[in-house]
Amino acid sequence: MLAGIYGLLSACLFITMDAVDVAFTEASVGAGIATLLMLTTIAMTGRTEHTVRHKPFMALVLVSITGALLIYGTLDMPYYGDPMAAAHTHVAPRYINDSMQEIGVDNIVTSVLASYRAFDTFGEVVVIFTAGIGVLTLLSLVRRRKKDAEIDAINDSMHEKNLILRIVAKILIPFILLFALYVQFHGDFGPGGGFQAGVIFAAAIILYAMLFGLSTARRVINQPFIQLLSAIGVLIYGCVGVVSMLSGANFLDYDVLAGDPVAGQHLGILVIELGVGVTVAAVMIIFFFSFAGRLEKPKHEEK
Amino acid sequence: MMMMIGLYNYWVVMVLMMIGLYIVIAHGNLIKKIVGLNIFQTSVFIFYISLAKVEGGTAPILAEGINLYSNPLPHVLILTAIVVGISTTALGLALVVRIKEAYGTMEEEDIQKKDNQEC
Repeated sequence: MLAGIYGLLSACLFITMDAVDVAFTEASVGAGIATLLMLTTIAMTGRTEHTVRHKPFMALVLVSITGALLIYGTLDMPYYGDPMAAAHTHVAPRYINDSMQEIGVDNIVTSVLASYRAFDTFGEVVVIFTAGIGVLTLLSLVRRRKKDAEIDAINDSMHEKNLILRIVAKILIPFILLFALYVQFHGDFGPGGGFQAGVIFAAAIILYAMLFGLSTARRVINQPFIQLLSAIGVLIYGCVGVVSMLSGANFLDYDVLAGDPVAGQHLGILVIELGVGVTVAAVMIIFFFSFAGRLEKPKHEEK
Repeated sequence: MMMMIGLYNYWVVMVLMMIGLYIVIAHGNLIKKIVGLNIFQTSVFIFYISLAKVEGGTAPILAEGINLYSNPLPHVLILTAIVVGISTTALGLALVVRIKEAYGTMEEEDIQKKDNQEC
């Protein structure tokens, strides 16, 4: 619970510091998915803890010394908001001044993310994909198909308990999905893009799974399909790179994808944002399904 | 006094970072260690974003009539770092779940004891 508030608070902090894109991501990730995964894990592992701490005094001393040294280090740092700070003088002015001519996208964050630093972002998408595979391997699901009648029975019993929640969620979910798509394709002009859209899309599915039961959600979106999607997202991204290479430019250089460079950049950014969005959404859903599936399993064994 | 106002953002970051580090060192519970790592991670995010802020600048979305923007580069780095961060956290939590299943505990010392007994 506190972690959720912490995530939301830091999102507000980012807005005050002009980082709308980052705030967007942090609000959906920090306040939503992270808290949920934390709670699921605690539900699985139990919430008791030995209060014995090993050498808290030593740790405190070490931490204070490190902190003091770091604060001493900050004395030479540029002041907060200083326009002449070293970070603002090298590559940033080029992004701010030239990205409109070179990329033609209003949101500088998107153009840096998807075009100037596309290679970097590709690496990050692969990391997310790998983490998805890792969680799948660690918490591999025992796929035990329940009979449809059984699912319906569970469904009905839950229906009375969560009636209001379910109806509200039913109204909300289409709008959340629509909003995710808007964020996905509007990333060129306002804050948004593949990462945020993927997380929001996954949040809608997770909301559905929470209220209607995991097995019902699995019936709607089956696991192999999601696993396939997470791989396809990375593949789309990589293919854009390969296509631009085959057209005679560098890997992930979109200038050659269409008639003139700016149109090419637009196309390239749109496609790779799609790839990012698909992978992120799929991996987040995999996370939730794996954790929640693990949570449900022991109950079945008891039956 | 000027220094206090100019540098307070770094100090807030350092305090958060040290809270995270303390939790990682002092708590034996593996979930708490991951929470500590998360706090540490967020402090790094805040550090980057506060570096990007330019006095009087606005969000880096091009619009007419505005010619001072905050630095977009750290925003990009942190944007992706947040999503990668949640992925690694999920991986860490998955490991904790498996450890709990294998050892029946997630206290570092108990795990160590069980390991020693097996040797």
